[in-house]
Amino acid sequence: MNMSSDTIMRAADGTPLKAKLAQSLRREQLRAMALIAPLLIFILASFLLPILMMLKNAVYDPDLQDTLPRTSALLATWDGKALPEEPVFEAFAAELKAAQKERNAALIGKRLNYELPAMKSKVTVTARKLEAVQQGPWKEALTTIDPVWGDIETWATVKHASSTFTPFYLLSALDLRQTAEGAITAAPAERQIYRQIIMRTFLISTLVTVLTLLLGFPVAYFISMLPPHQANLLLVFILLPFWTSLLVRTTAWSILFQDGGVITQFLHVSGITWLLNALGLLHGEPALFKTRLATVIAMTHIQLPFTLLPIYSVMKTISPNYMRAARSLGATPVYAFIKVYLPQTLPGIAAGCLLTFILSLGYYITPALVGGPTDSMIAGFIDTSMNNEGNWGKASALGAILFTATLVLYYVYNRLVGIDKLKLG
Amino acid sequence: MPAPAYATRSERFAYWFLRAFVALVLLFLIAPILAIMPLSFNSESFFSYPMPGYSLRWYQDFLGNERWQSALRLSVLLAVLTTILATTLGTMAALGLSRSRLPGKAAIMAVLISPMVVPAIISAIAMFFFYSKVGLTGTLPGLVLAHTALATPFVVITVTATLTSFDWNLMRAGLSLGAAPFTVFRRVVFPLIMPGMISGALFAFVTSFDEVIVVIFIAGPEQRTLPRQMFSGIREQISPTITAAATTLILFSTLMLITLELLRRRAERTRLAAVQTH
Repeated sequence: MNMSSDTIMRAADGTPLKAKLAQSLRREQLRAMALIAPLLIFILASFLLPILMMLKNAVYDPDLQDTLPRTSALLATWDGKALPEEPVFEAFAAELKAAQKERNAALIGKRLNYELPAMKSKVTVTARKLEAVQQGPWKEALTTIDPVWGDIETWATVKHASSTFTPFYLLSALDLRQTAEGAITAAPAERQIYRQIIMRTFLISTLVTVLTLLLGFPVAYFISMLPPHQANLLLVFILLPFWTSLLVRTTAWSILFQDGGVITQFLHVSGITWLLNALGLLHGEPALFKTRLATVIAMTHIQLPFTLLPIYSVMKTISPNYMRAARSLGATPVYAFIKVYLPQTLPGIAAGCLLTFILSLGYYITPALVGGPTDSMIAGFIDTSMNNEGNWGKASALGAILFTATLVLYYVYNRLVGIDKLKLG
Repeated sequence: MPAPAYATRSERFAYWFLRAFVALVLLFLIAPILAIMPLSFNSESFFSYPMPGYSLRWYQDFLGNERWQSALRLSVLLAVLTTILATTLGTMAALGLSRSRLPGKAAIMAVLISPMVVPAIISAIAMFFFYSKVGLTGTLPGLVLAHTALATPFVVITVTATLTSFDWNLMRAGLSLGAAPFTVFRRVVFPLIMPGMISGALFAFVTSFDEVIVVIFIAGPEQRTLPRQMFSGIREQISPTITAAATTLILFSTLMLITLELLRRRAERTRLAAVQTH
């Protein structure tokens, strides 16, 4: 068709066809947006907003600011070299009395207790005794009740704990602390626990990932070589556990691992207990319940399908001709396997292992039910901080660390595999 | 897979070794699930073999005990409401996402999938902070909304997967023949994406039905779902009734696996039929 500028194509109503097309495309986009909007708004409001609140809670610390507004204002100009002056003590005493009346004194004690041991009871006692004191000098009154109030460190802690935003929780979740001068140093050795927990979480996740790969790869290979009807039959063995809920499988393991339970019996009857005893690796019957070994076995069992299935779906698409070609050109089976077959399975290995590693990082139920107290992972400590200690700041800080690790790994996953390739069964 | 005729002796050995290894791994996968089931019929309250006798007393307890029954009722109610809400929202979003060349489509997809990606414990504390602020903790609507957020990614993924092979000309044909858009959806689009919707709905149901961590954080003390009841049961005082509950749930997931497999076959048949008629 020969088109000059004055013979543009027009629709029946005379508008240029190009404009008409743009208009209809825009309308289609609006319709699509209208379909997506309800879910998008719902997820933003009920899921991402809460996550942002958690991230904020990791640095948000309003308790002292709210209960001791005057004290914190006065302390803001304090240089921290000598004990604060009488007005600070006066303000603190007045505000502690007010807090005691409103039953908020425990909040002050709880917050200071995060940084100074035994402050919880000291604040409670001080608040109670202070009720009887009617007039100053308040510096003397407070230091008589408890000498801790004559300590510069106490006031330095009150000072930095009374800013609304604090790096304290994030730092302490990494076993770091900020000195009065603002320098960041390692926490004292006896209070260092979180680095160990983070290390443990990564260690258990790595171990589980490696184990699922070692167990899963040969199985995926074997099944991918089978004719379809046989492959489908064997896949049931993988899909049935995959579909059984995580809680049910953890329940099963926790019952099987009981002392004197099915696993102990199995090891006894099969002679493995005898063998381990004979080798001197074990004395008597094994105690597996509430151990690291039980946790890793149960987690490996639960995660195995997640590693195996992506590898299997990649292997299914690898043509056997490559291996045949390599063999016919004189490669030994092992050489051909390593040089020709293995590289082609790498996308599947990456996808499966990353998925298992990411999911393992967040494990909570299985270590809680099958593992012992020293097998708790980050998620378990988030729960403890939240429900046993009521320390929302620390729970949020640990949550922020776990969230960041997950996010980074998912970014990698997305670049390598594509999040839209995530298949369900 | 028999070893090929030209295989050398060491290849044959490797092959048999592989076979034995695969058998052991598959046994490892299935054994815990199979081992737990007979224990639920034990006449005594311990967890080892051989069992002295068989009885249905733990099932009687599971089905007759008011605590387990109210937990089961709450779980089913919660899962049904979640499924309805998640399937509706997720299908709509999937339809919107797969139709057009939207700007920022990848970002929208990432947001919609995010609840599936974030560890459950993080979702749980985050939702606790938010829901306690708006007064939804300890309420049924709160639980339904929380589970819906967790379940929609599965619906979005399954329905989007069905839509990738969907021929939009069918819809254009319906529209050009004068049908109203909703009629076209009901008579043309809906029957074709139905398998995806059903598997998405199943996923949503199971997500809610199995979920325990978020429930622990945002439910009230009297709102005990079945997983929560099991979880605290194992933590505090382990009773064989848990094996009866677990066995029931295993049968439930087996049924679901069969349903999904039938759906998959049906979808494949429809796709093949469509290819052949073209």
